[in-house]
Amino acid sequence: MSWEVRNATSGGVGMMLPPDPADDYSTEPATREIAGNILGEPESWRLPEMSRRAFLRGVVCSGVVIASSGFLFSSSQAQANPRHSEKLITLNINGKAHRLDVAPNETLAHTIRYKLGLTGTKVGCNRAECGACTVIVDGQTEYSCSTLTMRVQNKQIRTIEGIASASGGLHPVQQGFIDELGPQCGFCTPGQVMSAVALLEKNPNPTVDEVRYALSGNLCRCGAYDHYLKGVMRAVGRA
Amino acid sequence: MTDMMHAFELIQPQTLDEASDLLKKHKEDAWVIAGGKDSLDWFKDRVKRPEIVLDIAQIKELHGISDQGDHIAIGAMTTLTEIAESALIKEAFPALASAASRIASPQIRNVGTIGGNICQDTRCSYYRDGFPCYRAGGNTCYANTPTAMNREHTLFEAKRCVAVTPSDAAPVLSVLDAEMVIARGGKVRSVKAAEFFVGPEIDIERMTAVERDKGDLLVQIKIPKTWAGSKQYFEKAADRQAWDFALVNVAMAAKVASDGTIEKLQIACGAVQCTPRRLSNVEDLVVGEKPSDDLGVLIERVASQGAKPLNYNHFKIPLMGKLARRAVGSLSA
Repeated sequence: MSWEVRNATSGGVGMMLPPDPADDYSTEPATREIAGNILGEPESWRLPEMSRRAFLRGVVCSGVVIASSGFLFSSSQAQANPRHSEKLITLNINGKAHRLDVAPNETLAHTIRYKLGLTGTKVGCNRAECGACTVIVDGQTEYSCSTLTMRVQNKQIRTIEGIASASGGLHPVQQGFIDELGPQCGFCTPGQVMSAVALLEKNPNPTVDEVRYALSGNLCRCGAYDHYLKGVMRAVGRA
Repeated sequence: MTDMMHAFELIQPQTLDEASDLLKKHKEDAWVIAGGKDSLDWFKDRVKRPEIVLDIAQIKELHGISDQGDHIAIGAMTTLTEIAESALIKEAFPALASAASRIASPQIRNVGTIGGNICQDTRCSYYRDGFPCYRAGGNTCYANTPTAMNREHTLFEAKRCVAVTPSDAAPVLSVLDAEMVIARGGKVRSVKAAEFFVGPEIDIERMTAVERDKGDLLVQIKIPKTWAGSKQYFEKAADRQAWDFALVNVAMAAKVASDGTIEKLQIACGAVQCTPRRLSNVEDLVVGEKPSDDLGVLIERVASQGAKPLNYNHFKIPLMGKLARRAVGSLSA
């Protein structure tokens, strides 16, 4: 009820009283509102058969549809023009050949994360700036977020999953990073490992400056650069 | 998923003829990717949406560095890492090796190419964000207004557009008198560095002699041995040591007599004009002189003569002077 009406009913003609905050509260028992439809009574404001659970489910599902619509839309576009559609190719990742369908506009990071499930490779900026997505292609580091998968068909790709030995023993670089407390949030760590491993394979005995230079394409928001640097130096000689 | 690129057709020609034919056929609808790093940013921002993407990485004749007697030939698809590590380049043109090692970051240098670096479009953030500016075919410049962010923009020769060349290799190639070999429809022509880089007074919508709408493709860079083994210098000033584009860079090649007199010198700065800027004032000043502190003071004064700074890029004037002074000063060591 609006407060003019309330004033009129509460007597004082012409008196403009400020609203009484207590009027906002209902004097009826709270059970109906709190417990909802517990007594089986129909409530006019509620849509028929719309439970809280159904409502939440609706919200969640619509969110999924919105979030995936970009992908769905692009794939429907791809189907419209056969020249844009996916092609079956072979990718050599961590020594294993994978046969999979790849679209021309698909990045390597997308393929290895979402099609092969190798989610150790992270996508940070997705525009070749941060280095979280670094992988080794034919012995050289590369930003996988900005590499078209189609372009690396006949190359040897290594991701963070292929760095530790098959028995689970850590690579000296990984051990060095643990010993020197390299990772803080850990998001950039896979990329840092890849850059360091690629360096040590090329140059097993680098100087501090060479390591700094080799890791210069990997950003670390936690600022643990010196820890990573020391971690690599610790790995030198063990790799 | 973020940054979804538009759907395009990827064609990977195996020979130069094939690529030329495709470019002749599709012209502006085709976009050539070399290393592909910058191109993919354009696509992800949806500012450029070419129908056809031409991957020229598999064309063998575009790769590699070779000694051709009177010149050294660098294939346009040679990566920056290959150039930075090449014994041939390090010996003959140390400034080029040094510039190549300072471009972007290791991961980009491993795939980024010399051709892609010098053909790269300007980094003006308004243009890159898809503003309809002069360069994008519109009728205004968003970077040259009283409140615009134009810290990275031009000091010289602004003609409507105030964008600068982003390349670190470009000033080196212009002081070394390099020639760029461009293919168009099966024919090949050679363009000198001075004409290769194009300012807004010639064409506001491109930065090089490579004309996309006519199906041009940069094939090779030829560096004559005129300056091979001369004293050379490259330095880049940027906000960060890695990744960033130059605020100002300087490249120099010089021949010095046994008594220390400078006989011949060429010096250029990048990122201060739409094309690499040859500092002819400095060149005229130092020939016949010996590097000294007094000469250094004069160099600082004349290096940026004629500069017309915008609101936020005055700092480039002393920066240019200092870099030019250091470049010439390196000859006394």
